[in-house]
Amino acid sequence: MITTSGLTKVYRSRGREVTALDGVDLHVREGEVYGVIGQSGAGKSSLIRCVNLLERPTAGTVTVAGQDLTALAGRGPRAGKELRQARSRIGMVFQHFNLLSTRTVQDNVELPLEILGRSGKERSAKALELLDLVGLADKAKSYPAQLSGGQKQRVGIARALAGDPKVLLSDEATSALDPETTRSILQLLRDLNRQLGLTVLLITHEMDVVKSICDSAALMEAGRIVESGTVSELLATPGSELAAALFPVTGERSAEDRTVLDVTFQGEAATQPVISQLSRTYNIDISILGAAIDTVGGLQVGRMRIELPGRYEDNVVPVGFLREQGLQIDVVEGTEPIKEGAR
Amino acid sequence: MTWSEMQPLLAQACQETLVMVGWSTLIAVVVGLPIGVLLVLTDRGGLLQNTPVNKTLGQIVNIARSMPFIILMVALMSFTRWVTGTTIGSEAAVVPLAIGGIPFFARLVETAVREVDGGLVEAVQAMGGNTWTIVRKVLVPEALPSLIASTTTTVIALIGYSAMAGTVGGGGLGDLAVRYGYQRFESGLMWITVAVLAVAISVIQFAGDYAARTLHRRGGRSGPGPKLRLLKAKEPAAADISKVA
Repeated sequence: MITTSGLTKVYRSRGREVTALDGVDLHVREGEVYGVIGQSGAGKSSLIRCVNLLERPTAGTVTVAGQDLTALAGRGPRAGKELRQARSRIGMVFQHFNLLSTRTVQDNVELPLEILGRSGKERSAKALELLDLVGLADKAKSYPAQLSGGQKQRVGIARALAGDPKVLLSDEATSALDPETTRSILQLLRDLNRQLGLTVLLITHEMDVVKSICDSAALMEAGRIVESGTVSELLATPGSELAAALFPVTGERSAEDRTVLDVTFQGEAATQPVISQLSRTYNIDISILGAAIDTVGGLQVGRMRIELPGRYEDNVVPVGFLREQGLQIDVVEGTEPIKEGAR
Repeated sequence: MTWSEMQPLLAQACQETLVMVGWSTLIAVVVGLPIGVLLVLTDRGGLLQNTPVNKTLGQIVNIARSMPFIILMVALMSFTRWVTGTTIGSEAAVVPLAIGGIPFFARLVETAVREVDGGLVEAVQAMGGNTWTIVRKVLVPEALPSLIASTTTTVIALIGYSAMAGTVGGGGLGDLAVRYGYQRFESGLMWITVAVLAVAISVIQFAGDYAARTLHRRGGRSGPGPKLRLLKAKEPAAADISKVA
């Protein structure tokens, strides 16, 4: 649904060059929620603004719903008619909501429809329908200043949906909200994604956002995508920083001459009694240092940190056995646990 | 001079001032608003970034702003004659007043429009809005409370200028105060004129503030002023008290 290839953005100011995006290849499938996570300055903001060409990429292409937006761009800083039409089919929600303070909630939602040239009747019907969808039917005549942060973001979402977009871009939509409101807004995005088949591309610096609603995720560092894939792919990738950050397990090794393993279970493997099989087959004592079961991107995932007696060289066979069972095994080196990736 | 003698003089002077200030304000707002908006749009990083236009426009505004009004009035005499056919009377005074008011108002508009959150512009761009839509639906409406405050300031400045215009044949309250009050030693009339001006300015300032505040409150970027807050305080919240203090 959204594909970027070789996307590069270089800012030039007073002779200095800053590379915000350095050849980003992103592929967001239709109907999925895709999260791009990274620290401030990693280029997330530039990336999402390049998708609807609010920022003009220096090089590379952006294709949304089969349409090459970079080809529509035209020259100069102003957007041509075709690009503006394409933008009206991409919804966007913002960290600071960006609602017009002098308009009522309903008028804010009607704004994109005014731009599309819809009639007054059509506009108000659509706006009220959308406000109902986001649970704010009773606030239509209020002004944004009278709403809470979460309500403002719901208005922002309703407004973004006014043009019946297939794609929704979310620029840190929950970063200005408290944890509980964040959860309800994420739930709303998830529901919209399911009900309307909306493709959502979101950027965030909060791992919890990715964990609770994303089907796929990418980790961004210094303008590059370092890791990407569906959540289950990421969890199945040995040494994945994103997986470790999404689903951290902790536990200190008890002595130097031990082997510490992180075992990740997904789907079928989770139902097999592998640990007791391992213990019986090889007659070894296994201690569990830490374990957790969680839902990541709608998947049940278990992770466990276990300790086997002896160094890794002595445990090659049992580790092989575990891998044969379809488990993902990460060997924890030294005393250092798997480093946590982006938070 | 008795009150019955003063009354028609005052009535006529008020009417003349009203004509001068009314028309010149109208022209200053109508012409100054687009200039102010254009100054923001053509600036670096603006939607219509255009450095030559921005610099030229900025220079013209600066020159016009820095010229003392009395000199502007004299300098514009031939232009005034070309427009109104005369250089005497309140109609003629409208020309230099309007031309003095345009750059004054334009700068105030520029400041007001610059205050509008860039995120709103971005949001409307993301909806597919063009520059005109952004000006019409975002920049001007969102800056409206400030624009009203700017208009108030402009009206008051133009009343001051109009007194000057009066002394060179424009008529109005300033002219009345100088001709009768100063030159004929009618200090009674002079003080009444001064009082009328003071009252007029207070009323205009109050009305402007009230309009700006009402819009602002509706838009609600900040609450009502501290006084209103005290009057309406249902819940004696600590925050309110600290704000007033």
